[in-house]
Amino acid sequence: MSGGAELRVKIAEIEPVATDVRRFRFVAADGGALPLFSGGAHVVVGMEAGDRRIRNAYSLMGSPFDESSYQVSVLKTRDSRGGSVFLHERVAVGDTLVISHPVNLFPVDRRARKHLFIAGGIGITPFLAMAEQLSEEGARFELHYAMRARDCGAYAEEAARLYGGRVHLYCSAEGRRLPVDALLANQPLGTHLYVCGPERMIEGVIGAARDAGWPEENLHAERFQAPPAGEPFRARLARSGISIDVGPHQSLLEALEAAGIDAPYLCRGGACGQCETAIVSCDGTLVHNDHYLTPEERAGAAKIMTCVSRLAGRELVLDL
Amino acid sequence: MGLVFKTETFRDDFTFSNSPASIRRFPFPFDRDAYAYSVNIEPHTKGAPGSVFEFPIDVDEHYVAEMHDRALVLKADPLRCQSLPHMITAEWDLVELLMTSMAEAYPEHFTLTRDGDAWHWINRPLGIDDRFTFGDTATLPLPPMEYITRQCQGDFSLLDQRDNNLWMDAGIVTTQADWSLDFDIGMNFMEWHGPVPLAHEAGVFDRALKFLLNLQLGRPVRRLNWTMTINPRLDTSPENYHKWGTDRTTVTTENVGDKVHLRVELQALWRLPRSNAIVFSIRCYLIKLSELVTSPKWARRLHRVLKSLPPELIDYKGLTRYHPQTVEWLSKFDDGAPTSPGIGPD
Repeated sequence: MSGGAELRVKIAEIEPVATDVRRFRFVAADGGALPLFSGGAHVVVGMEAGDRRIRNAYSLMGSPFDESSYQVSVLKTRDSRGGSVFLHERVAVGDTLVISHPVNLFPVDRRARKHLFIAGGIGITPFLAMAEQLSEEGARFELHYAMRARDCGAYAEEAARLYGGRVHLYCSAEGRRLPVDALLANQPLGTHLYVCGPERMIEGVIGAARDAGWPEENLHAERFQAPPAGEPFRARLARSGISIDVGPHQSLLEALEAAGIDAPYLCRGGACGQCETAIVSCDGTLVHNDHYLTPEERAGAAKIMTCVSRLAGRELVLDL
Repeated sequence: MGLVFKTETFRDDFTFSNSPASIRRFPFPFDRDAYAYSVNIEPHTKGAPGSVFEFPIDVDEHYVAEMHDRALVLKADPLRCQSLPHMITAEWDLVELLMTSMAEAYPEHFTLTRDGDAWHWINRPLGIDDRFTFGDTATLPLPPMEYITRQCQGDFSLLDQRDNNLWMDAGIVTTQADWSLDFDIGMNFMEWHGPVPLAHEAGVFDRALKFLLNLQLGRPVRRLNWTMTINPRLDTSPENYHKWGTDRTTVTTENVGDKVHLRVELQALWRLPRSNAIVFSIRCYLIKLSELVTSPKWARRLHRVLKSLPPELIDYKGLTRYHPQTVEWLSKFDDGAPTSPGIGPD
């Protein structure tokens, strides 16, 4: 099963909120209600960029209880593969887009006695919906938000205004760094930790939590990533007998879709496991960029996650 | 749509029976002459008018009698309905799912009026008319899951998703085929499927779990499962084994048609929006073999399925004591003709 049930939405508002960050507000194209979601959920936004169909996942950041609109934030990245530039430069209020139903791969653990959120940069977005949800439900949470400079910190002031003393801001340009070790060493039993931000930050915080003796079940991270670029290669589909070329800035999944194949996917960020595909043979080295396969599975070279992983080599033969 | 609710019992004098229309719509689970394990999950989309798949939540002629039986079970054993504290949001999600679905499908019987969080629910067959504040448990006479599932046929469990697994952390289970919510509550998907023979080896549960972890909002799925029960008992719980276990020894060649029932579960799964939990509904349909054989196709096919069932499954499904008599009785209805494709009657 590829993707999910789709929703047609209209762009109701585009607002610059920080350097290179824009907030988009979507309403249902038919004027009706949008499905409710839970904090931490994302939608996949489809974009028709010339001859390419780009699909990027963005966290929903508004109130989960607001059926009238969805909000996402888009950071314009320097090495954009087209999606963030498309949304920054090529769409306008009133345009329609097709998005997936919300999917939550980063939910809060409702057994937690306390929720500790650590955000870096644009990684703030899922926490805005989580904070809204937990605030409504009367649950205990703290949000720690690290940013390079004030003008990069989208929503810092908004979060501080909404949640007051539960929000802590760290601006590295002002010399304030996130006191990770101190934070992790002083939490009540039953606290769950959630991290979203740059990969290095996630690794650092999760590693520090493990070192501090936190149980694995209490650690949660959102590791969406855009499919990394790489060398071009060829994919041959053993069952359908088709060969396709995967470009340097194209993911294997995108190349399959461009060839008209209804390939499975859900998160498009290497996290959910839905696009797992069996490998028949490979002439080259697999570059596993996902967070789903176990080290043993990677070593076995029998599976690949087509949304983010690729081949450094000549040809990959898939059981498709 | 002319639903007439029957007065009947699922215990003591066992007056339960299916009308001819109810027999025609029975969800016969076998699409071929031999049974094999499979995940057999399909989208829970709208089915043919009159079928059990017509609406997301099926209400049929047994509705009032089943709700009465559920009340009796809960009165004798309140542990059939349990919910861990972190599942309260999922309970409210379930209230919304069931009320909106029932009111939309059966407007002559159920009405839901929503004004923001101020909800008004009318259930005419059970004589209920309540106004409450959605999300405020104090405004309902019972906890939300118990309130609504005392008004909806089928068992329900609410599965929390965390650590790449599903956890049975709430549910109401009064019509089960020999399993217990009180025993399973707090277990994860692999733990509660622990005892099923053959299926673990086939990797069925690994695939099913992976599929369900990615179950999406707006895309419910369903499957049919089956077993057999002696007498039309809804409550065949382990807690009450002493009441129904010995029924299995009472089957004779003469009474097979009335005593032996095919028990089919229409299992459906929905992702819930606010809680990200999954609701797993298990709706039980019973049919005695003398009713089932009024469809020649079903009679032939059930004979062939039961005759070829592996011994492990005969044992697991608890058929051992009456399997020979049942196959013998059904053989009279098997003329050796081929059966047509699909699960519907000819």
